[in-house]
Amino acid sequence: MLTKDPISPAALLAEVAAPELGGTCLFLGTVRDGPEDGGITGIEYSAYEAMAVAECQRILGEARRKWPTARVAVRHRLGLVATEEASIGIAAAAPHRDEAFAACRYVIEQVKERLPVWKKELRADGSVLWVDPQGRPAVVGPA
Amino acid sequence: MGQIRLKFFARYAELVGTEERQLSVALPATVADVVRRARDEIPGAGAIPERPLAAVNLRHVQLDAQVADGDEVALLPPLAGG
Repeated sequence: MLTKDPISPAALLAEVAAPELGGTCLFLGTVRDGPEDGGITGIEYSAYEAMAVAECQRILGEARRKWPTARVAVRHRLGLVATEEASIGIAAAAPHRDEAFAACRYVIEQVKERLPVWKKELRADGSVLWVDPQGRPAVVGPA
Repeated sequence: MGQIRLKFFARYAELVGTEERQLSVALPATVADVVRRARDEIPGAGAIPERPLAAVNLRHVQLDAQVADGDEVALLPPLAGG
């Protein structure tokens, strides 16, 4: 579930594929550097790894109970992830598209809310910022 | 007295200069008691919010949750996964 290697969408899709599952949804969250983001070159991800794995397993268990016919696979990157690379990948397969979309959406929203993962933005000007999704990031020093 | 393994992550680990400290607390005690002790006694921990996110033994908890001898208590900066 946690990996320092690039996320392979093909591997995620292969994990959930089955003949009876006719709808598959793949979500990739990538490191963004939009016009308002201030020149981000990458993000350094860290985690409370033991809890992140346990929490991820709980989330997947909840998804299995809500959509018993769906199969879901998750990978979250740790370490330095460059702009445009995926920091998270989720594949959800189900007999029909409604369950696949719903299970995939459930898992990403719960991951965002519950996974003990943190990120430091690395900026082109050399500054480094801890990201607080609820507030403004705080500059902590040079890279 | 109970022994708590207190863990810090990300910005909080930088504030206290370590990822783990042992803390002795008089039982019964809550996570809020552990946070109060940590903020008072551990150099740098005073900058951690009075009511941070917290986990006990790998599960999210409220600050009024009880702690027991041997528990692993983690103080979590705002989560930013995904």
